[in-house]
Amino acid sequence: MIINKIFSDCDKAVADIYDGATIMIGGFGSFGGLPINLIAALANQGARNLTVIANMGGVGFELSHRIKPEGYQDSGILFENGQVTKFIGSVPALGGMPPTSPLEKLHNEGKVEIEIVPQGTLAERIRCGAGGLGGFYTPVGIGTVVEKGKDKKVIGGKEYILELPLYADFALIKAHHADTLGNLVYRGTARSFNPVMATAAKTTIAEVDKLVEPGQLDPETIVTPHVYVDRIVEVPQ
Amino acid sequence: MKSRLDEQTVALRAAREFTDGSVVNLGYGMPGLCANLIPEGGTVFFQSENGVLGYGNLATDREKDYELINASDQPVTRSAGMCFFDSAASFDMIRGGHIDIVVLGAYQVSEKGDLANWGRPDRPATGMGGGMDLAVGAGKVIVTMLHTTKKGEPRIVSNCTFPLTARQCVSLIVTDLAVIEVTKEGLVLTEIASGWNVPEVQALTEAKLVPATDLKEIEL
Repeated sequence: MIINKIFSDCDKAVADIYDGATIMIGGFGSFGGLPINLIAALANQGARNLTVIANMGGVGFELSHRIKPEGYQDSGILFENGQVTKFIGSVPALGGMPPTSPLEKLHNEGKVEIEIVPQGTLAERIRCGAGGLGGFYTPVGIGTVVEKGKDKKVIGGKEYILELPLYADFALIKAHHADTLGNLVYRGTARSFNPVMATAAKTTIAEVDKLVEPGQLDPETIVTPHVYVDRIVEVPQ
Repeated sequence: MKSRLDEQTVALRAAREFTDGSVVNLGYGMPGLCANLIPEGGTVFFQSENGVLGYGNLATDREKDYELINASDQPVTRSAGMCFFDSAASFDMIRGGHIDIVVLGAYQVSEKGDLANWGRPDRPATGMGGGMDLAVGAGKVIVTMLHTTKKGEPRIVSNCTFPLTARQCVSLIVTDLAVIEVTKEGLVLTEIASGWNVPEVQALTEAKLVPATDLKEIEL
């Protein structure tokens, strides 16, 4: 029997996210590629004590006007609501923005723990989690704060750091089109962290611009195969 | 007060390093200006960490598409032959040595070419983004930056006091006062801004500069 993965709205799709869950949030950081409607639904749903894994920490609604004039809700709202206790990502806050993002403020108040991870290492740790690997050695971070407390190894005369996998209970991602099986295609740079996160969670929830029937997506262009996608919500743009 | 180069001119000087056909990644801030400064007739393939190779100019307001941005959140334009990929593939490309040149901003560069460009002591929540991967993986690291801080303190230092991005990774420094090559023999001052002399630039540089025998004025 083919499971029905289609949810009528984002609220229903995130309803069972529980306190203490680890959540991956796809996209790159700014508007394009962020699952903004799923984020807003999670903010309404109210689960707490979450660990968020995302490339950026979100700027929050106030600063989002600098990126998109009408503004938009990003993961900043989850911090603002006090739902998150730990953030893992490469840019918790942007040095080029005022120090007023919800995550930066709460971190400065000691209320949210931050684990800073180089961006490529973040992607690869997620890929390891997805692929059932125990970790990998990278030269990125040698001689910096990133190597602190990590195993090091010399391979072929070059120094490497051991980085460990990341895995999530839920991944919230954004795609352009989905078919009802859950095959996904993306648009432009909105792809970014979405495909890799889609593969690394127990439950992957996708917000898509348009839902189509199987056969309507060219199999040569499908980026995320349907086995990785558990729930789909169509949010027409 | 003597004049210094403006940011456009610093970026233009850095862009002169792009050889025809090279793959180039541009960091946050001043480096991003290079996208619009490619010499006519030359081809450069701009790569961005969020998963695009071969984007065009920075987009005007009318051209803006939020699903076509570079890693600095700047909307860019489509260009023939461009392609998209995901973040994991993007960083394979970066760590795997397929980026010829990266232009990065910096808080500090040391005389050995150590780079500090992400962490601010007053902003513990800022992160390095893709900077560490790029500094380690790119064929050549060019830094564009203002020669001194707003308070007039040197940014080219003996040892970085800001958190490091990577050790001994910078090849060339382009500032609003000088062009400096990082070599085994030290920092070689190869070009200097119009109206400035070596002692004046050295006075604003903590690390020792070695004037090149063919030292010249920055010309564009």
